[in-house]
Amino acid sequence: MKIKQISVFLENKRGRLLEATEALAKSGINIRALSIADTSEFGILRLIVADSEQAKHILEKNNFAVRENDVLAVAIPDVPGGLASVLKILNDKGLNVEYIYAFVQRSGEKAIVVLKVENLDLGIEALVERGVVLLTSKDIEQL
Amino acid sequence: MYWNEEIETIDRSNLKKLQLKRLQGTVRILYEKVPFYQNKFKELGITPEDIKSLDDVRKLPFTTREDLRDNYPYGLLAVSRDKIVRLHTSSGTTGKPKAIFFSKNDINQSAELIARCLIMTGVTKDDVLQNMMTYGLFTGALVMHYGAEKVGILVIPAGPGNTERQIALMQDFGSTCLHLTPSYALYLSEVMESKGIKPKRDLSLKRAYLGAEPYSEETRKKLESMFEIDIYNSYGLSEMNGPGVAFECICKNGMHIWEDNFLVEILDPSSDEPVKEGQEGELVLTTLCREGMPLLRYRTKDITKVISGDCPCGRTHRRISRILGRVDDMFIVRGVNIFPQQIERVLMSIKGVAQNYQILLESYDKLSVKVEIEQDFFDGSIEHLLNLKTKITEKLKSEILVTPKVELVEPGTLPISEGKLNRVIDKRTL
Repeated sequence: MKIKQISVFLENKRGRLLEATEALAKSGINIRALSIADTSEFGILRLIVADSEQAKHILEKNNFAVRENDVLAVAIPDVPGGLASVLKILNDKGLNVEYIYAFVQRSGEKAIVVLKVENLDLGIEALVERGVVLLTSKDIEQL
Repeated sequence: MYWNEEIETIDRSNLKKLQLKRLQGTVRILYEKVPFYQNKFKELGITPEDIKSLDDVRKLPFTTREDLRDNYPYGLLAVSRDKIVRLHTSSGTTGKPKAIFFSKNDINQSAELIARCLIMTGVTKDDVLQNMMTYGLFTGALVMHYGAEKVGILVIPAGPGNTERQIALMQDFGSTCLHLTPSYALYLSEVMESKGIKPKRDLSLKRAYLGAEPYSEETRKKLESMFEIDIYNSYGLSEMNGPGVAFECICKNGMHIWEDNFLVEILDPSSDEPVKEGQEGELVLTTLCREGMPLLRYRTKDITKVISGDCPCGRTHRRISRILGRVDDMFIVRGVNIFPQQIERVLMSIKGVAQNYQILLESYDKLSVKVEIEQDFFDGSIEHLLNLKTKITEKLKSEILVTPKVELVEPGTLPISEGKLNRVIDKRTL
């Protein structure tokens, strides 16, 4: 139910994001989803890829500070209020969402978003209970 | 105009006789009273009787800032503690500051030198001195303050900062003289310009004394034209009382160093041999009048040279050039002495910080530190990174007394430096 996310520390230096994405491109790694959280001095690039182990390895080889961690990916109806309904479930349980970003998806019926919840296991429990579809690593590979 | 004409214009040969007498007296006292010097004399196999001429100063041991640190706090006192009336400190490389003690006579003597300096620039009792140096453990403000009071001029103990109030003080009380750092002078002139204040039209300023930081002749000229005043260069260091060690007269061509109080040597720092007169070297000073804490051959680490020839002002005390550099890697920000080692020690004590860092100096009031984070510290959380940044900033501030701008960078991206010097990028051209 959990999927792997790669976080990359990016210092505030021109071309650093390009270097990270180029390193992945050279190894044929396709980025499924990404987000950048930034402060005035540094940023964190978050990536969902099919093979996170390999992506981590490649980035580390290119001297990036990389961390792999777990997040949730949920499929929600691509209609107004779709995201709000999911967030409400978590909110009702008192679970904080640390960050959230959306996925690139071809088919278009459902939107997929990545969620980092404070307590992932409680998050999964709450969402599954209410019938929200959670994506697995296999789903990600097949996207 | 002289404050003390007899001594300021003393014949060189008489000055040398006076210096020798005072040097011998100082050596004898240290030999009798200060264990640190007793041991040094023993190691070198010398006694006070060996000092027969001024050249014999070269037989005497050096004193370094490390010696001051090692003997912190009271180890170098030459009088009993009840004779000491004031403490000043100066930052050191290992967290322990250097303690400098003044007896009542030392306070008077340092004020005497400042009085000579002020009169040398044309000050009279009608002047009003706005003292914009930091009051406190730092010698800069207090030593000037006492000297100015000795002359009998009105002193405004403004301290640094709060620029609007500084300008109001100048307007309200008609300040004629300023004592401040060059970087603050530059800032002050910018603020005045932005407020539409024209010094000549709106203020009564005549002159400013700039010290505690190195600055160039170009900066002096620029500031003189901006403020429309005369600017005089001041040299001093806490270990030698603070300001007033050497000061410019109205000729503004080098600073007269008060040789009746300080025995001057200019040494080649690599060989410790004296350089030829007029050549650059490290300034090494021996106190000749100090009672509480006399120091022999103190290595200032400042590079200067003697300006040859007589000065038209009539003073016979030799002149030294403005400070041309430093022998070591100390640098100055906001008038505060900082050693890269202080920064290194703080950084290395913080978890999450990798081995490499870089200190960036772009102006005299700003210090930036780039810090590599440790690979394992990065867990994808922005909060943790921001906390680390705050922690580094606060710990550095409490060590070096200046708030640095801390920038976290990726592990392995800073150039690997071999010496500490390479870690400091000094882009300042004041």
